Amino acid sequence: MFQAALESFMGADHLIIAIALVAFIMLITKKISKMLGEERIASALAIITGLILAYIGGRTTGGDSGLADVYIFGGASGLGVGLLGGSMIRDYTIISTAYGVKTENLKKAGPIGVISLFIGVIFSFIVGALIARILGYTNPAEITTIGAGAVTFIVGPVTGTSLGVSSDIIALSVAAGLVKSILTMIITPFIADLINLDNPTAAMVYGALIGTTSGVAGGLAATDKELVPYGAMTATFYTGLGTLLVPSVGFLLMRMLFA
Amino acid sequence: MEILGMGYVALFMLIGSFLGRILGQLIGVGGDVGGVGIAMLLMVVTTNYLKSKGRPLHKNTERGVKFLSAIYIPVIVAMAARLNVVGALRGGFVALLAGGVATIGAMFLVPLISKLRKTND
Repeated sequence: MFQAALESFMGADHLIIAIALVAFIMLITKKISKMLGEERIASALAIITGLILAYIGGRTTGGDSGLADVYIFGGASGLGVGLLGGSMIRDYTIISTAYGVKTENLKKAGPIGVISLFIGVIFSFIVGALIARILGYTNPAEITTIGAGAVTFIVGPVTGTSLGVSSDIIALSVAAGLVKSILTMIITPFIADLINLDNPTAAMVYGALIGTTSGVAGGLAATDKELVPYGAMTATFYTGLGTLLVPSVGFLLMRMLFA
Repeated sequence: MEILGMGYVALFMLIGSFLGRILGQLIGVGGDVGGVGIAMLLMVVTTNYLKSKGRPLHKNTERGVKFLSAIYIPVIVAMAARLNVVGALRGGFVALLAGGVATIGAMFLVPLISKLRKTND
């Protein structure tokens, strides 16, 4: 009887279970950060905890949606952690942070933000492509795809598909993009002072240079909540610009250099 | 009513998503290009305009918006928990190096480019 009740319990209310889990993570990390006397790092700790759980989830289920693949958290259907942490709710809450933004701050950093977008996409692409070349990839389409992954984990597969490379290269490009996103979340709060990431202009430049929406959103959240809307606003154009530039101009450039 | 605040944000998200998809079609990459950014931009402009006209959102409406901003970090934690961390590590050396160097390099460009603007003032 108990067994049946437990099984049926685990199959219901996935979203509520996800909310309870996240609330628990936030509570524990808040307590730990207070104990350490560094309340500022509470969000960073919570995000890192999420990443560790994602790793454990991926390891135990063999799926590619981290903890969301675990049955009690919604299964791969994505009704629990998958829904709560999915792009729909993420974008909804990100947009709400724009409420406190002042128009003059945007105007001040607008042009530099646009320039940063182009520099950011081109820089990440070239760096990723060069590393692919140095590590032994010679086919221009494959080099372009790995470079595209260093832009974001969406630009990678879009580019790879349009250039017709094999699926293991596409998987590699997604992995490069994921590394970028995860690394951004983890190191931003620790590197923020070093790169003067403490004002709206710098946040807009940062969002435009790094561009991974999830990384920038997580990294800024862990650094300074006030900066989130500025970085998020520019970052959201990055993947679009990447999918536009990389498979076209980027590929032509790689073919010229490495064919 | 607090739900009006949630609706206020929803309205901008939907407009942004639609315009982003039009932009995606126009430049031929498909999908939603910058929808979130467009939504935020429109919301900033609208909110500041309403304030300047002396007609800011009602306190209760504002609470709906503030609630969404307040659960933003928990949502990011949930997002982190559903990332393919195993896949990122399995990508091996190329993925680690390509993603890692691009990220750290770009971060150190931040102060250089932010400074560019200051010297222009």
